[in-house]
Amino acid sequence: MRTASKPIRVLQFVALLLGAVLFLFPFYYMIVGSLQAEPESSPAGAFPDPGNITFGNYREIHGAIDLVSSLINSGIFTGGVILGTITLGLLAGYALARLEFRGRGAVFNTMLLIQIVPFQLLTVPLYVLIVRDYGLADSYLGMILPFAINSTAVFVFRQYFLQLPRELFEAAHIDGANEVQILLRIAVPLVKPALLTAVLLTFIGPWNEFLWPFLITKEADMQPLAVSLANYISNVSSRAANPFGAILAGSCVLAAPAVALFVALQRHFVSTNLGSSVKG
Amino acid sequence: MTRLLGKQPVGALFVAPYVIFLAAVFAFPLGFAVYMSFHDYFFAAPGAIVDRPFVGFANYAAVLSDAAVRQSFVNIAVFLVINVPLTVALSLVLATALNKAVRARTFFRVSYYVPYITASVAVVGVWLFLFNSNGLVNAILGPLAPDPSWLVNETLAMPTVAIYVTWKQLGFFILLYLAALQNVPKELYESAAVDGAGRFGTFWAVTMPGVRPATTLVVLLATVTGANLFTEPYLLTGGGGPDGASTSPVLLMYQRGIEQGNPDVASAIGVILVVGALLVALIQRRLLERD
Repeated sequence: MRTASKPIRVLQFVALLLGAVLFLFPFYYMIVGSLQAEPESSPAGAFPDPGNITFGNYREIHGAIDLVSSLINSGIFTGGVILGTITLGLLAGYALARLEFRGRGAVFNTMLLIQIVPFQLLTVPLYVLIVRDYGLADSYLGMILPFAINSTAVFVFRQYFLQLPRELFEAAHIDGANEVQILLRIAVPLVKPALLTAVLLTFIGPWNEFLWPFLITKEADMQPLAVSLANYISNVSSRAANPFGAILAGSCVLAAPAVALFVALQRHFVSTNLGSSVKG
Repeated sequence: MTRLLGKQPVGALFVAPYVIFLAAVFAFPLGFAVYMSFHDYFFAAPGAIVDRPFVGFANYAAVLSDAAVRQSFVNIAVFLVINVPLTVALSLVLATALNKAVRARTFFRVSYYVPYITASVAVVGVWLFLFNSNGLVNAILGPLAPDPSWLVNETLAMPTVAIYVTWKQLGFFILLYLAALQNVPKELYESAAVDGAGRFGTFWAVTMPGVRPATTLVVLLATVTGANLFTEPYLLTGGGGPDGASTSPVLLMYQRGIEQGNPDVASAIGVILVVGALLVALIQRRLLERD
């Protein structure tokens, strides 16, 4: 590939930098606003005054919604989804990559097809089934059920298992290992990076999910943070004189775990696995 | 036996939970939605035996004669017309720039992905703060600020939502394009250089055709995401205001189906939306794959 001349490289860098500022500024502004006693929306408000810094907004949002129990609910919801996806997804991914059984192609094609069914469109029938018929409103199980296996994660697992050398599996078979043993002792330890990618991908979904838990949790003490914060935004912000401080503080609390996890694991958030479906 | 079940039938056992999940969470609800849309379906106490007569296309007729529903489909069209081209253009250009060896590549990647991995509910808070009538954006624009302001302006509310979603989702699409760029053969760039193609010419003649399968996927996924739009108009514009100018079909499904207790009507909206989205996707595919 040609190397660009120096002025062009500089120009490209400046363009990327400008873009990054546009992408990051709202996050910076969120933190600054959450720490100001009365968030300023004038341009001066973007530069925090050290004398004006307070944790009052965090106290206020904690008074309006119990942050600790909301975070625990978010954690249980997310943890349940991750647990389901890892255990059942590894089994499915392994079988789709390594085992020849009748119907394998059909399962794989269905999996690809499902990616284009908009999930939100299933919310009304799922609501009728889970809330009305099974009586699972205001329960963790009802929250987790529609997300219990993440098809993208199954796909990532399959891609990783496909990359492992065939000889490994043949040798294990000759040694008399059964499929469960091969999966747990040989295949899984070799695809640890896939596990991290899958955890990261799976975490984002339920942690950020709003519509589904919003529909099925009416009791405040069962709501994940995204739902309680959204209720605070839509119910309180129209009444309060200056509600933004508390909203921004809540936003920071909701954003922090996902951003921290992502920054820590971003090396594993790679495109090759996701992008295998793009190869034409 | 082998012919009937395959060489390793234990595999069927391994995928069984996943298949049951797909049947219970996708296939059955999808069929159930279609069933509801053709019946007079209403909420009843669990276990109660009630008559839910077949009503043919009555729910569809009710939906299509509802001005609010028609408005929501127009809104989503406005959303897609802004969001999809912007997403394709920006993510392709940013991915191409990121694909080259630039300084601080990790920093750039992280900054572009951060909105995507953050909860919409969390970043909606800061957008509300930025774009309200006294917000920073208007403070900077001064006399150029729109009146009424962005999110309460009938013309600007939906475009503002579309820009928000573009910004929020871009990281994911950059990721897809970065993967696709790995698959463009290096020799093509070399021969373009030999032919004396400029940077723009190379991008047009080599990069764009090289990532065409990814473009098809990006357009499809952006369209599906658009068809799913709910959280953003619900929170950014206070439930689809002003006067329904930013209502999305899914938002109406929620209001008609669950708030007002008409799941049959909501399902009809859903079926129309799915069929519409599939048609749009088919047309896009035809257009993109034509040489």
